[in-house]
Amino acid sequence: MTPVLDIRGVSKYYPGVIANEDIDLTLHKGEILALLGENGAGKSTLMNIVYGLQQPDTGNIYINGKVVSLASPRDAIAHGIGMVHQHFQLVPDISVTENIMLGAESIRHGLLDRKKAAQRIKELSQRYGLDVDPAAIIEDLSVGERQRVEIVKTLYRDAEILILDEPSAVLTPQEVDGLFSIMQRLRELGKSMIFITHKLKEVMHIADRITVLRNGRVAGNAQPVTTSEKSLATLMVGREVDLTFEPAANVSGNLILNAQNVSALDDTGHLAVDSVSLQVCAGEIVGIAGVQGNGQSELVEVLTGLRRSHSGTVEIDGTDLTHQSPREFTERGESCHIPEDRHLHAMVADYSVADNLVLNTYRNAPFSHNGVVNRPAIRAQADSLVQAFDVRTPDINTPSGSLSGGNQQKMVVAREFSRPSKLLIAAQPTRGIDVGSIEFIHRRIVAKRDEGVAVLLISAELDEVLSLSDRILVMYKGRIVAEVVREEATREQLGLYMAGAK
Amino acid sequence: MPESIKRIARAVSSALLVPIMALIVAFALGAVVMTLFGDDPVAAYQGLYDGAFGSAKAWARTLLKTTPLILTGLAVAVAFKAGLFNIGAAGQFIIGTVCSVAVGIHFEGTPLLIHLPAALLAGIAGGMIWGAIPGLLKVYTGAHEVITTIMMNYIASLFAGWTVYAGGRQGQSPGPLWDPTARAISETPDVLTSAQLPLMGNPRLDLHLGIIIAPLAALLIWWLIYRTTFGFEVRTVGRNADAARYAGMYPRRTTVMAMALAGGLAGLAGAIETLGLNHKFAPEFGGSVGFEGITVALLAQTHPLGVVFAAFLLGSLEAGASRMQFESGVSADIIDVIQALVLIFVAAPLIIRSLWPGKRSSLAAGTKTQ
Repeated sequence: MTPVLDIRGVSKYYPGVIANEDIDLTLHKGEILALLGENGAGKSTLMNIVYGLQQPDTGNIYINGKVVSLASPRDAIAHGIGMVHQHFQLVPDISVTENIMLGAESIRHGLLDRKKAAQRIKELSQRYGLDVDPAAIIEDLSVGERQRVEIVKTLYRDAEILILDEPSAVLTPQEVDGLFSIMQRLRELGKSMIFITHKLKEVMHIADRITVLRNGRVAGNAQPVTTSEKSLATLMVGREVDLTFEPAANVSGNLILNAQNVSALDDTGHLAVDSVSLQVCAGEIVGIAGVQGNGQSELVEVLTGLRRSHSGTVEIDGTDLTHQSPREFTERGESCHIPEDRHLHAMVADYSVADNLVLNTYRNAPFSHNGVVNRPAIRAQADSLVQAFDVRTPDINTPSGSLSGGNQQKMVVAREFSRPSKLLIAAQPTRGIDVGSIEFIHRRIVAKRDEGVAVLLISAELDEVLSLSDRILVMYKGRIVAEVVREEATREQLGLYMAGAK
Repeated sequence: MPESIKRIARAVSSALLVPIMALIVAFALGAVVMTLFGDDPVAAYQGLYDGAFGSAKAWARTLLKTTPLILTGLAVAVAFKAGLFNIGAAGQFIIGTVCSVAVGIHFEGTPLLIHLPAALLAGIAGGMIWGAIPGLLKVYTGAHEVITTIMMNYIASLFAGWTVYAGGRQGQSPGPLWDPTARAISETPDVLTSAQLPLMGNPRLDLHLGIIIAPLAALLIWWLIYRTTFGFEVRTVGRNADAARYAGMYPRRTTVMAMALAGGLAGLAGAIETLGLNHKFAPEFGGSVGFEGITVALLAQTHPLGVVFAAFLLGSLEAGASRMQFESGVSADIIDVIQALVLIFVAAPLIIRSLWPGKRSSLAAGTKTQ
């Protein structure tokens, strides 16, 4: 049978960079092909070529056996290719119907025919189990719903081949399950999909076949039934990856972080943290598991001074820091914080790597004296941290916003780990970054623990919590609903707690 | 090292592209407008040049026009660095004037070395307070600084008018700074010589010490913004206030301090303008120097040293305008048109960048490559 999409020998070069080289990739009708690779492996370039956003330097693309030239997304759409971008391309303050019609308007008597479009959206939505309300306004929809609107948008344009660019990166675990059942339904009804990801578990779960890219080339092809997560990770990274760690050897018992009955409101004034008490001792990692949005973010903000609690106390190593500013937490509490939202809190995107590396130490010697910045000391610090933490950047003057997500995160980690500390609060420390960087950051966190630092780890990735923590707390609707020691923790049991079932 | 020099050269040339192109396009369009109205643009621009640089007197005029623009330009640029749009340089300028005059007309017999700095500092302090108020309103009530600084401009202007009010026939009391010897005219007396900025060179050129102070202030502000921890805080707050808080800075305090600094610079502009040149003020004296600070800051892309060049440019346009009108018959108002065009092109850099071949690719850079 002729493949619906066949990529033969595609190469794309940028000055000094091989984005894609001699790539072959085949997609059959009614198939989910996972395109796996680390950030920078060339997945996005390849898919931009297929979607007509970029043109290959060499090679051909065949659709249903015929060679095609894709000079723009318009050509790609005309050939039945649809793309769901990681960053949604939706106008927030207009309706679902209007968003979907944009660029593919149905017109009657010179006016937009919203009724006809809405009817068609409803049909598509029912047929594929997408549950999209044509009249809803985009900004009222959850992330998962917006993603379904994007999927309807491609179907509305008669896409036969759907490219899903890291669709699970923005979703909660339940929403991921929902997405997967939609993908299965699409597959049953004969659509073909390319699923871009770097999450191995998802690949094993949903893909029919897997193509792994590394450094712009195809590193290998595999099928979930005959491969393992470990061998996929090896293909992706190019070496063996080990994400398992020994538990803490010696918990000293010195109480470092002591939060008692902490309650706090979220930005909309609702109770987000409901009398949470927790303790973290020197030399242990305490993990907080939970589905995103159950109060973890607000809890972390209270524990770092970014948010005022309305009741309860927070002590670090015996010092009462309740209601103190973030500066007091870092200086008097000697705590380090890897924030969950890199771009919101942890870095200034148009500052250089060097400036970001002293973002919260600039006021201390040797980086400044009497309020005057010491540039040579800042540069020296940057040089040594970039090297020690393997931050891949052209140089230390590069704006950090232009680094890949993994390298931005390593930069943040480098800064936080370079100061002496008693407490480390790491919130989603590896969100959205590649396996190689995840392994690196995990090793560093464990090394901190072994130095005797108290570590509080908050993660929506259950596997991350399970592999790193010595004790695990589960947060649900603002409360700690369970505490389990590492040896007794199982995915199933924690999953139930996270869903509020117990 | 050559690598870093290359990098700096690249950064500078890319930063200069927009302002320089904006000027060229604005002058070209100005010429088109003149031609459409039957005027001779060559004669006009020749007159403009003569008026700004044609003689020692012309040069002096240009420098005197440049001086306050440097300071009000800095007042706007510093606020921009902190992420604030200071429309209030005009009001801060007025308050600076009022305060420096209040000190300058009193304290007879004080030596110059005390009286002059005191008058200058009074102007700075008045401007700082006038700038800090919108800063405080912003951080404690959320009131937007664009609105509050505009309102503060009105208050400043009316307040200044009251201080020199000559009193009314029905016995309304005169303002505290009014000069009784001026009779019915509302104006202040001249500031005492001990509070006047000394003149340099030929006294007929009016070149007072302020023309040195202003560029020095720009240098100081550059150093403050790029070489001190306070400047680092200002820039961080301006770019990402959440990250600033996370990093242990105090964004509210920094915001108020940046606005106070901005106000102080505009206040200094007012003080220098009076202590150096006018020596007194009357109601409605503010003029447009505060608002032109916005053009200067934008043209300089908010860089403190760029402000000096941008102010010089605008200053020379203004210095040459009347000569241009005299020599070519073209109305001096065309200078306002050119200034407005420059502002539009600087504020909308995409217009300029799209005129520049080779830069177009970066415009279309909507796609992320990995």
